[in-house]
Formats: sequence, C-alpha cells, structure tokens
Amino acid sequence: MENITIGGRLEAKNLTKTYHLDSGDREVLRGLNLTLEPDTLTALMGPTGCGKSVLINLLAGYEPLTNGEICLDGQPIHGPDKDRLVVFQETALFPWLTTYENVAYGPKIRGELKGADLTNSVMELLRHVGLDSFRDKYPAQLSGGMQRRAELARAMINQPKVTLLDEPFRGLDAMTRDLMRDHYLTLFEKRRGTHLFVTAEIDEGLLLADQLVIVTNRPARVKKILPVNLPRPRSEEIRSTPEYLTLKAEALELSHEEAMKSFKAGSLSSADFVGAYAALN
Amino acid sequence: MTETASHSLTALASPSSILPKVGLLARLGRNLGRWLASSNPWLNLLGLGGFLILWHLLTTTLKVPLFAKLPGPWETVKEWFSLNPVYGISIFTLEYYQHIGLSCLRVFLAFLLATGLGVPLGLLMGWKKTFSDYSFPLLEILRPIPMLAWVPLAILMWPGRESSIVFLTFLGSFFATLLNSWLGVKSIDEAYFRAAKCLGASESLIFRKIVWPGAMPYVFTGLQISVGYAWFSLVAGEMLAGEFGLGYLIWDSYILVQYPVIVIAMLTLGLVGSISSLLIRSLGNFLIRWKVRESGQ
Repeated sequence: MENITIGGRLEAKNLTKTYHLDSGDREVLRGLNLTLEPDTLTALMGPTGCGKSVLINLLAGYEPLTNGEICLDGQPIHGPDKDRLVVFQETALFPWLTTYENVAYGPKIRGELKGADLTNSVMELLRHVGLDSFRDKYPAQLSGGMQRRAELARAMINQPKVTLLDEPFRGLDAMTRDLMRDHYLTLFEKRRGTHLFVTAEIDEGLLLADQLVIVTNRPARVKKILPVNLPRPRSEEIRSTPEYLTLKAEALELSHEEAMKSFKAGSLSSADFVGAYAALN
Repeated sequence: MTETASHSLTALASPSSILPKVGLLARLGRNLGRWLASSNPWLNLLGLGGFLILWHLLTTTLKVPLFAKLPGPWETVKEWFSLNPVYGISIFTLEYYQHIGLSCLRVFLAFLLATGLGVPLGLLMGWKKTFSDYSFPLLEILRPIPMLAWVPLAILMWPGRESSIVFLTFLGSFFATLLNSWLGVKSIDEAYFRAAKCLGASESLIFRKIVWPGAMPYVFTGLQISVGYAWFSLVAGEMLAGEFGLGYLIWDSYILVQYPVIVIAMLTLGLVGSISSLLIRSLGNFLIRWKVRESGQ
C-alpha cells in the first residue's frame, strides 16, 4: 500500500444552511466560503454552537445544502463518499466489531483489498497508530485515546482525498490530548492528504494547521483566515517562537470578538471565555 | 509444597483461559463453575428452603383456612417422585412427559414463528421510516388487544385445537419481539449509519452490519420477554382448548379434584419457563460478546 495519500481540493462556495423548525427558521450558515488546498491542514475555530458540526455534515454530504455549492477537485459532490471521510466527535467505531475489523471495514466492503493485502494494510496502519497488539479487542475494551487512534486508522486506510475531523480529541484528558495531537501531526506529515480539523483550542489549531480559519457566531461565515507559515515537521517547541506568539495573539483577539457576540446572544459557554479573557487583559 | 500449590492453581486457572475460544456450552459451564464457587448458591438455597418451610407451615402444620385445600410441599413432592402416583402423574409416568413435550413443542413453534416474523419486521420498521409509517398505527391498535380476547376468533379461524393454541401463543410473544426489535434499531447512534455510508456501505450491508448487530441487545431483551409471554399465552390457550399440555393438566386436575397435580404442573411450568429463558439469555450473551465484556471483567 502506498503511504502517501493524494489530497483533493475542496471548495465550499457561498454555503448557506437554514433549518426550518417549529420555533421558526434558524439560519446556521450564511454565505460561507472556504477552500481547502490539496495536502494542507486547515484548522477551523468558532464560538460554541456556531455550526461547525453542521459545516462538517454538509461537507461530508450527510445533509442537503439550502444554498451554495461544494466541489471536490472541481466536481460538485453528491452525498457521502469515501473521498470525504469524517472522524467523529464521539467515537463512531462499530462496537460490535474488533479493532481490526473496524479498520478493515471500508476496503473490505468496497472489495478493494482482499486476503493478505487487506491484512497487511490493516496491520501496517495499526502498527502506525500503536494498536497492533489490540487488533482483536472490541472498542469497549480500548481506552478513549486508543479509540480515537483506531478511528483515525479506520479513516486513513481508505486514503480519502479529504479528511474531516470534528473535534476528534474532545473529551480526552489534557495529557492524552497532547499525545494524540502529536500522534496525529506525525501521521499527517507522513501520509498527507487534505485535512479539515475543527477545534475549540487555539493552540491545537496553530500547532497543526497550515491555515487557521476563524468563523463568526451564528449564522456562521468565515471571519478571517490566518496563514500559519511555521516550518514542518513541527513540535511543541514552536510554541515559544515569536511568530507563533504573534499568531496566537491575533487568533485570540479574533476569537474573543466572536465569543463576545455569542455571549451577548445568550450563550453560556462563551461567558467562560469572555470572563477569562477579561481577567487576562 | 509450593510447587504442588502453584501446579493446582494453574490447573484451576487453565480451563477459564482456554474457554473463551470455545462456544456456548463452555461459557455456560464456566458461568456455572463461578456461580458454585461464590456464596450465592447457599443464599439461593436458603431462599428456596424458607419458601418450602413457609408453605409447609401454612398448609400442613397451621392449616390456615385460606390455604387449607392446598396440598403441602411434602404431599406434592411425594406424588411428583412416586413410582405409583395416586393421580397418575409423576416423573416416572410417560404421560407427564407427554404433557411437557407437547407444551414445549407448542411454545417452540410459536416462539420460532414470532421471532421469524417479529424480528425482521421490527428491524425494518426501525430502519425505514416509510415502512413504519405504514405499519405503526396498525401495530398500535392490535398490540394492546389482550391475547385472551383473541380466543374466540382463534378457534373460529384455525382448523383444530392445535393450530389455534399455537396461534394464541404466537400472538402473545409476537408483539414483544416486534416492539423490542424496532426499539433496538432506534437505539443505534446515527453516527454509525453515517460512518458506514461514507465508508461506502450499500443498503444491504448497512442492514447486515449496522442494523442487525446494533439492534441485537434489544432484540434479545425482547426475546426473553416474549418467551415469557409465550408460556403465559400457552397456558391460557391450553386451558381453553387443549387436550394435552401443562395448562390443560392444571385445569383438568382442578376439575377432577387432583390438587397435588396442579402444583406439580405449576412447578414444572416454572422450571421449563426458566430453562427456556436461560437458554435465550445465554445465546444472547454469546452473540453480544462485545457488550457483555463492557460491563463485565
């Protein structure tokens, strides 16, 4: 199996999504434009409840658009496809399949890999994420961090053109989270592909990304795109470089503006952020 | 000394380390072994013994008016295990086993039918909204009709006693199976369907690899409830229309004033019912290993 994934170019043009609820229409996205260049990692940040997960669902093709267009390598997308794989917020490993069976699931059902080829690819990837000795365990027998790694492996074996990660490390403790981020970074830098990584943490976004996209409060639009031109391969140390600190200050400022709006609109979770920011300055 | 001790320890430990690889029977054996090694069996025996003593006191020693006509435990057991039973029913008579056999056969047939129809229908209803739109109102009207209300129609509809009893038993267990299978699919997290879809699973694969295994825990809960309903309905059916079977035996013994036989048949029903429930639970635990391990070990 080829180790390098060929990334696709994903373009979202003028994305609009409105839900028609009993309590009235709720506009979640309004005219959102976003381009993911091939083989780059884009981190996306926005206030809680701004519609980041909805954006992921739209890009994956799970839900229809109200308006706008999504193109992969110039072709409009139709429904979910293995070209655009999602790594879910909460683990979506099939609980009734073992780690091995979960990772093998995609190529096996599509009939792309069989017999020894399948075993080799799966085992290589499991070794990559350090789960080869857990191949016959069920997800419930794995720790939270292991589950996320297994899920990364399950997505990566399909060599998707675009990988959509919806806060994949949410709910892990801080140390596991740091380890997972390093792990993921190594995997990305080795295997490439186009990645969109939704996160709520500025540091996570800056450490990982080639560009940091900050979206507005609902209805979400792109507020600002910050190019992150830090050298790869990256490690924790870049966090103390002046370039990093400048970027972080700018990102924090932008996030704060959006959190303020969200706070004024009545979001309790933004209240924490606003309070902490005020205490800092 | 130490060597022998560790030796016997390994000998003790080894069966359980080999067992997970073998099947259902071995798991049953292992569970039985664990159960015997704990303090539970003694507490269980104490509970049962207490019940027997109370029964004896109420019926034989104190002769409480309310219980005066009932046979005591000793009278019942004597008859149950007698080579020459007074009323013709004991573990040494062929007739006893004919009653058990026929009841089991009826329940087995009805349960098989209810499972064969109820599980696929329930899964389909849970999976495809259009399908449940068609069937849900009908189900909600038919389901609350007590099984006893079906008796006259069942007798009118089906030729002979046998098929009407099986039909009634089937009805008793069908709805529980159907409803739980349906709930089983509803309980599956949407993320699994989405993950399967973007990995390229076809509709039939989604059914086989997501709907079926995902609903399995509920399906087996449903089957355990439904086998209980099946026994319940069977006895009602047999009392009304039977010529053989444990339910018929109970009613017949009442009419013929053979009271110990009533209790023998009741206890037999209890035993056979528990065994059927245990079999289903074991099969379920075996098939849903991924879930069992989550809570155990």
